Amino acid sequence: MSKIIEKEFFSKNVVKLVLEAPEIARSRKPGHFVIIKIGEKGERIPLTIAAANEKEGTITLVVQKVGVTTAKLFELEVGDEISDVVGPLGQATHIEKVGTVLCAGGGVGVAPMLPIVEGLKKAGNRVITILAARTKDLIILEEQMKEHSDEVIIMTDDGSYGRQGLVTAGMEEVINREKVNMAVTIGPAIMMKFAALTTKKYNIETVASLNTIMVDGTGMCGACRVNVGGKTKFVCVDGPEFDAHQVDFDEMLSRLGAYKDQEVAAYQKYLETVEV
Amino acid sequence: MENIIEYLKEERAQDWRNELRKGMKAKERTSRIRVSMPEEDPDVRNKSRIEVNIGLAAENAVLEAQRCIDCPDPTCITGCPVGINIPKFIKKIEAEDFAGAAVTLKETNALPAVCGRVCPQEKQCELNCFYTVKLKKTPVAIGHLERFAADWERNSGQMAVPKTEKLNNIKVAVIGSGPAGLAAAGDLAKFGYDVTVFEALHEIGGVLKYGIPEFRLPNELVDTEIEIMRQMGIKFKTNFIVGKTASFDDLKKDGFQAFFVGSGAGLPRFMNIPGENYNGIFSSNEYLTRVNLMNAADPEYDTPVISGNSVAVIGGGNTAMDSVRTAKRLGAKDSMIIYRRSEAEMPARIEEVKHAKEEGIIFMNLHSPLEYYADENGRVNRMKVQKMELGTPDSSGRRRPVPIEGSEFMVDVDTVVVSVGVSPNPLIPKALANLKVTDWGTIVVDKDSMQSSIPEVFAGGDIVRGGATVILAMGDGRTAAAGMHKYIQEKIKAN
Ligand SMILES: Cc1cc2nc3c(=O)[nH]c(=O)nc-3n(C[C@H](O)[C@H](O)[C@H](O)COP(=O)(O)OP(=O)(O)OC[C@H]3O[C@@H](n4cnc5c(N)ncnc54)[C@H](O)[C@@H]3O)c2cc1C
Ligand code: SF4
Ligand code: FES
Repeated sequence: MSKIIEKEFFSKNVVKLVLEAPEIARSRKPGHFVIIKIGEKGERIPLTIAAANEKEGTITLVVQKVGVTTAKLFELEVGDEISDVVGPLGQATHIEKVGTVLCAGGGVGVAPMLPIVEGLKKAGNRVITILAARTKDLIILEEQMKEHSDEVIIMTDDGSYGRQGLVTAGMEEVINREKVNMAVTIGPAIMMKFAALTTKKYNIETVASLNTIMVDGTGMCGACRVNVGGKTKFVCVDGPEFDAHQVDFDEMLSRLGAYKDQEVAAYQKYLETVEV
Repeated sequence: MENIIEYLKEERAQDWRNELRKGMKAKERTSRIRVSMPEEDPDVRNKSRIEVNIGLAAENAVLEAQRCIDCPDPTCITGCPVGINIPKFIKKIEAEDFAGAAVTLKETNALPAVCGRVCPQEKQCELNCFYTVKLKKTPVAIGHLERFAADWERNSGQMAVPKTEKLNNIKVAVIGSGPAGLAAAGDLAKFGYDVTVFEALHEIGGVLKYGIPEFRLPNELVDTEIEIMRQMGIKFKTNFIVGKTASFDDLKKDGFQAFFVGSGAGLPRFMNIPGENYNGIFSSNEYLTRVNLMNAADPEYDTPVISGNSVAVIGGGNTAMDSVRTAKRLGAKDSMIIYRRSEAEMPARIEEVKHAKEEGIIFMNLHSPLEYYADENGRVNRMKVQKMELGTPDSSGRRRPVPIEGSEFMVDVDTVVVSVGVSPNPLIPKALANLKVTDWGTIVVDKDSMQSSIPEVFAGGDIVRGGATVILAMGDGRTAAAGMHKYIQEKIKAN
């Protein structure tokens, strides 16, 4: 059981939640995630820990509404309890000062990228952040990113905000402009795939944080498995961060779609029940 | 050993046992045939979660108990990993003292209702029964009787809460709530310790909950046992991963003096053959967890599961049987076992294989998968299998499967469950740098006390043995509890 202490909307589809979770707060490092489950009938989903306050015994999650469980999470108010929260899970991000780091995030990847951007900046790096989305309304966390980045570049497919073009166009621009020592990419698998291909051209070490389907999050089921450099890895215990140039994104993309029909149907059904 | 034999003799010499023995001639006892377990109709049960075995009616249990001749040298006990006083509990049933039978079981077995259902009796007590060994007849149905007595007690609503010593306020931690952890916690509480069980998942029970399906082991039964343990003062902390949520050092700072690690063999193995990561291919752990722990087959629950039409399960153990029968219950038209040896070598309980056959499971023994293929969406649609033959025995004593060259052919499948074994859960060994582990990743312990290379850390169950059995895990838990008790008491004396 974890009580919600604070709830703040960053936009219609992004909410910040502060939860009571003293043990997790004590053990957590940047890059770690938790698995949450809401109520007896809920599913288990992974969420990155955006921040933690050991003294207050709290952790912060930044959640984007994408399906049934995140939608249920949006409905909870301050004072409500989340029945199950377990963590911290995964390997912590390896953060050090390397010089200039290019962070490219899109879609569901932007929220989990926030603590990494913050950590990299604190470690003394020059951080250039690219936020990419289809259209203006889908750009999230711009203010928070600005706070921790030297520069934030916005890219939209339709040109409704920032510059028009894909995330890779923004990345190429920066790489051609200045020396980039490292890149981080988090987002839809297809975006990470092309981001990785871009940095590979320039031989820039790149880390991708993978958001595969998970069940237990402890290495027990293999639902989260991906192919990295020809070897099967479990994202929940070996990751979530891997060398982006080694990840088989096509396989990951396909695996992410395994329950697409069920997920869409369930979300549809859920929306009907809340609208009534 | 000496005193155990003495003890058994004394128990056997009691008047009530003498009376019972005299009450019926051995000839008459041995001429009876074994009662059979009533079962749900295969064509009904393979579409439902209902438990397959219904349980013996009281009069049949008594009839079966009468078959037992109360041997002077009860060889059945030698086959029981925890040494249950088998003739005593059976004779209590014959005397219609069902509550007494349950008490006898609980002297040595913490979860008889579970063991009566899932123990491989045909390889343990029943294999060593006088009927099997000397008379070459079907053994006394020891497992069915164990289940009967335990169920009777539960249904009577008078389940006794075991007596515990006065609380000594010494904190001990049990890591993992599978059968090993539960057995250790139960005994530690009896000794008077302040016991906390830490469990990584959101439910208590380990494999009993997430692995073994409802149709074989109803959850309600495990929950009843856990409720009793709560009444004994045992605390349960779910969603708590020792080594992640808190370190051993954190727990020591919180006052825990000793630890029992029963973290199981939770890591699924894959075969590393081409195409194994296609959609529709799961580890049995994932498949069973979705259905059992997350209730994915119920549309009211949020977790999804793929219910295939043509499901292949790779393997021949209990986990494979549970998976293949689960697939049938989720609506598969063809639900098949693909096993590389023959039925004689199958590690699954005989009863499960029998039940699976009755339920229409297809058995492709002496076959092994080589490669998987997928449709344009990445969903598995075919697999290439190869025929095998049996060669010379390997280190496990089972005959080694040898591929037959040129025998490959294709099978259409839309779901595959890989059930070829598990490896020890690496979480705890990773969290304790000085812990001695084997090359396989199992924790090294002293057999008599289950103490590890770190004095305050004890371990048992699958994390020590690799994938084993419920009863061995429970036995380890109890041995370890005794070892911990001794360790703590000696430490107190030394100070
Ligand atoms: C599908 C299936 C069917 C089976 N059928 C049979 C059968 O019919 N008969 C039989 O005798 N045996 C059977 N077995 C084997 C039997 O279940 C196991 O041998 C037994 O459960 C092992 O018990 P355990 O207590 O060692 O571990 P488990 O039951 O695996 O429990 C370990 C628990 O520890 C938790 N854990 C792990 N690490 C941590 C940590 N760091 N912190 C907190 N918690 C942690 C896990 O989440 C888990 O709940 C079956 C196994 C499976 C998978
Ligand atoms: S060996 Fe068989 S007949 Fe003899 S005491 Fe044991 S169960 Fe009864
Ligand atoms: S989520 Fe189950 S092994 Fe990673």
